[in-house]
Amino acid sequence: MASGASATQRIPSKRQTLDEAYAPPANFLEIEVINPITHGVGKMRYTDYEIRMRSNLPVFKQKESSVRRRYSDFEWVRAELERDSKIVVPTLPGKSLKRQLPFRSDDGIFEEEFIENRRKALELFINKVAGHPLAQNERSLHIFLQETTIDKNYVPGKIRTA
Amino acid sequence: MAMLFGFGQSAEIQIRLSNEDTRKIVKARGDDGNMHDHFLYYDGESVAGVVLVNLKKANHKFEHQGIRIEFIGQIEVYYDRGNQQDFISLTRELARPGDLTQNAQFPFEFNNVEKPFETYMGTNVKLRYFLRVTVIRRLTDLTKELDLVVHALSSYPDNDKSIKMEVGIEDCLHIEFEYNKNKYHLQDVIVGKIYFLLVRIKIKYMEIAILKTEIVGSGPNTFKESETVAKFEIMDGAPVRGESIPIRLFLAGYDLAPSMRDVGKKFSVKYFLNLVLIDEEDRRYFKQQEVTLWRKADKVMRHPGSQDDEMPTSIPGTQKFNAQSVVEHPKPESPRSDPKSGSTSPDDNSDSS
Repeated sequence: MASGASATQRIPSKRQTLDEAYAPPANFLEIEVINPITHGVGKMRYTDYEIRMRSNLPVFKQKESSVRRRYSDFEWVRAELERDSKIVVPTLPGKSLKRQLPFRSDDGIFEEEFIENRRKALELFINKVAGHPLAQNERSLHIFLQETTIDKNYVPGKIRTA
Repeated sequence: MAMLFGFGQSAEIQIRLSNEDTRKIVKARGDDGNMHDHFLYYDGESVAGVVLVNLKKANHKFEHQGIRIEFIGQIEVYYDRGNQQDFISLTRELARPGDLTQNAQFPFEFNNVEKPFETYMGTNVKLRYFLRVTVIRRLTDLTKELDLVVHALSSYPDNDKSIKMEVGIEDCLHIEFEYNKNKYHLQDVIVGKIYFLLVRIKIKYMEIAILKTEIVGSGPNTFKESETVAKFEIMDGAPVRGESIPIRLFLAGYDLAPSMRDVGKKFSVKYFLNLVLIDEEDRRYFKQQEVTLWRKADKVMRHPGSQDDEMPTSIPGTQKFNAQSVVEHPKPESPRSDPKSGSTSPDDNSDSS
């Protein structure tokens, strides 16, 4: 039965070990979308970006990875996550079809400013998605972040950690 | 005070209660949205006083077919076309049919009235106690109502175990939370701690909230209204493994009422502690835990010769907690349920402080 000062005493807890306190944080996840490069010439051009990832989360097989991805790859991973995971997937920056129409005075989707805006938005997108515990369980996200090429015929599924 | 004047203001009815100067007053919000004062009664107390009938037109004969007073305890469900159910209805005849030529006084007494539930004004339901005087007349009756507030007191519960649980999302976030009790009185302090076992997400801050849920009706006609009564940030910043965050939440600062369980078989009022963690992307991870709130008596009734520092085992007009009203332990509110073997329930807890 509780009464008096003992009723409001702080609940004792385990002391934190020095290792626990000063170890590197277990939640390290950094993803950068950098180095946009436009490949090809004329009508057959496309832009892709480097996705550099560093993480100490055990769910990711590689602690560091670097792959190149284009906008349609982002659309692919977004569609896979929408279908398989239960999360509300954030939106991508626009497809900018207007910019792809002919007879433009500027370079359309290969304008520097446009690419830079798109790059920033893609970086926000991938960080938001990759940080979500449910998205981290999807194979499609791991293929997107760490496989050199995306095998569109992969078997969708969840990652099982040991 | 609810006032209902009949047609023809030939008489004015007033209800005066006994011990008005010594009786406690409670402020409550009425139907008009304003705060009103009401007299406070407890279970078992007699309700007595005087009814004054003042004639407006002096020396005019005031005919009536009888005067009576009722003590009513009523549950009103708003959505069901104002469905009202009287769970207590007592009547006293004050006057037989006749005439009044001058102002009259009618003393009344309802002895040791049972008032099993506490007054409650909610979103979809209201429970109130009131006195109603009716002067029966040929065309329309004159009525006057006086609302009373009833508080239900309880004594210290026997089985007040702490709540201790380990919850989380597999391989992402594991916490162990503990609250010192599962039943708190309205001036109590919630003392607890959150211990972080595994933190693989980037937490921005953590807060605790008191949720009040009103459940009216049953089956297909159930109405649930939830309201956040209080919110309190308990941690700012990112914790790591092994950190322990203390909780100290003073309930007296908030407008709380006791938990009500299936009152009149019509409604319940439940309180929950909601622990919420927010990460860098504003994702919210939360765990709700039901707690029982109860009303403690202000003054302790002492029997002569009893020890002063011993808590009384029973206070007149109060009810003991039955052992059945234990806290439920629902599954953790996480995308994946926690399969860890460390999950404990309070009954198995051997090292609670």
